Amino acid sequence: MHGRRAETARRGALLVAIAATAALLAGCAGGASGSPADPADAPGTATSPGTAAPDTSTLDGSVTVFAAASLKGTFTELATRFEAEHPGVDVELNFAGSSDLVTQITEGAPADVFASADEKNMTTLTDAGLIDPAAPVDFATNVLEIAVPPGNPAGITSFADLANPAAKVVVCAPQVPCGAATASVEQTTGVDIPAVSEESSVTDVLGKVTSGEADAGLVYVTDIAAAGDAVQGIAFPESANAVNTYPVAVVDHAGRLDGATAVARAFVDFVAGASGRAVLSPAGFGAP
Amino acid sequence: MSYRSLPRWLIVVAIVGAAFVVLPLAGMVLRVDWANFLPLITSESSLDALGLSLRTSLAATALCIVLGVPMALVLARTRFWGQKVLRSLVLLPLVLPPVVGGLALLSTFGRRGLLGQTFDAFGIQLAFSTTAVVLAQTFVALPFLVLSLEGALRTVGTRYEAVGATLGASPSTVLRRITLPLVLPALLSGAVLSFARALGEFGATLTFAGSLQGTTRTLPLEIYLQRETDPDAAVALSLVLVVVAIVVVAVAHQAGEASPLRRGRRLVPDAQDSADIRPVERRQS
Repeated sequence: MHGRRAETARRGALLVAIAATAALLAGCAGGASGSPADPADAPGTATSPGTAAPDTSTLDGSVTVFAAASLKGTFTELATRFEAEHPGVDVELNFAGSSDLVTQITEGAPADVFASADEKNMTTLTDAGLIDPAAPVDFATNVLEIAVPPGNPAGITSFADLANPAAKVVVCAPQVPCGAATASVEQTTGVDIPAVSEESSVTDVLGKVTSGEADAGLVYVTDIAAAGDAVQGIAFPESANAVNTYPVAVVDHAGRLDGATAVARAFVDFVAGASGRAVLSPAGFGAP
Repeated sequence: MSYRSLPRWLIVVAIVGAAFVVLPLAGMVLRVDWANFLPLITSESSLDALGLSLRTSLAATALCIVLGVPMALVLARTRFWGQKVLRSLVLLPLVLPPVVGGLALLSTFGRRGLLGQTFDAFGIQLAFSTTAVVLAQTFVALPFLVLSLEGALRTVGTRYEAVGATLGASPSTVLRRITLPLVLPALLSGAVLSFARALGEFGATLTFAGSLQGTTRTLPLEIYLQRETDPDAAVALSLVLVVVAIVVVAVAHQAGEASPLRRGRRLVPDAQDSADIRPVERRQS
């Protein structure tokens, strides 16, 4: 009996050791991911700008970009172009609602760059001391537009038409940026929309319109541009009362190496500069 | 004493597993802003969401019982071609991601859906209504009731039903006086589980019913929305949902242990003693 129990204990120790080894290996794999051809950016050996970079670019390493969900199409394109310009750089993208990203970053997610769909969420991070208050740069604007299913079954032509109780209108809840914009347009115009649903994201509003459940929804110009033929957009002049500004900034990182910070800064400049504009404008984003 | 028969490493892993489940809950409890807990959970929007959740979940549970009991009886007591496939299909919502369930409901009951146009002709519009919430909850909760009841029906067996039938009871009487009383504990625990599943329903409701305070915004949707602006309120409401879930699980467990089943267990061995039941059973089938 004794012998067997000792053996069990030994096996237990072995199992723990195997598990620990597996975890270590997984950790190593994670650290090296995305750069099998470039050992220079392994932790601890990252080169600072200007030293021993084999390619034409001085930038080297990886940058993790946390961007608002509405930037998915444009930032994927921008990342590809940035990587093409700087062959030594690897851009990792993470898209979610701005407030989700703020939660992730405050909980310690390794973001190097944060691009927010509104100023409020950026302020949350500058207030928390995770971003230098002087760092955020406005790089785009977005305005609301009415989305209707193809054929416009409810015959909506203006913002005032949304007050018609016979039309099923879906908007964002006031707690989220697009809903706050909707509320401020309602306030300035005096038009009260009897919405049948207040969704928690633009995607959900758009989904209700594309599926034909709703007769109209209030979303951003860029969402309608991205949706293609699934919805029709109706611009309205009152949207100028609620212009949404998109800021981008480098997230402060205690343990980050200078090289990585340089890459993050370069990406922010890239987004806020002419290259960014070339991608953002066709998608419907306005200039700040 | 029995724990000695288990290898020690297994107990260690079990403890790790238990910690994995319990720790996140403890982490959430530590985040609760106790000073403002009551105001947070008694705000108008929170109470609306809680009230709506309880009402719709009760309605969904009732619907699950009405539809699920016959389904479980048919699956457990009859044999027909394609039964196995049908059972798998009925249990599908258990493994389906809720958003997929929502999309499926949308393409069936939605305005442009399979049945939506027929409903529209009768002036019934499900979209953005509380009924849509109940439908979404019933869709995801139904398998829980069917599964637990069908299992109980198979365990209890058909001996008593056969005896009842030979003594002249009609199928309906057998069902009412013998079958249902025997599986009542399973029916109760199945109903409680369905209620819990309905209470936690999120994805299908979000996709199919929308989100409007007092009409379609149930507690999970309210938590999801509150998190945008007021994480403290979201955590406080989450705790309410956790407490409700714990109560529900406790009640379901209690129901499973309740006396009718024990009485049933005591009766079953007696039945096995009487050898003259088997021919009766054969005559029945």
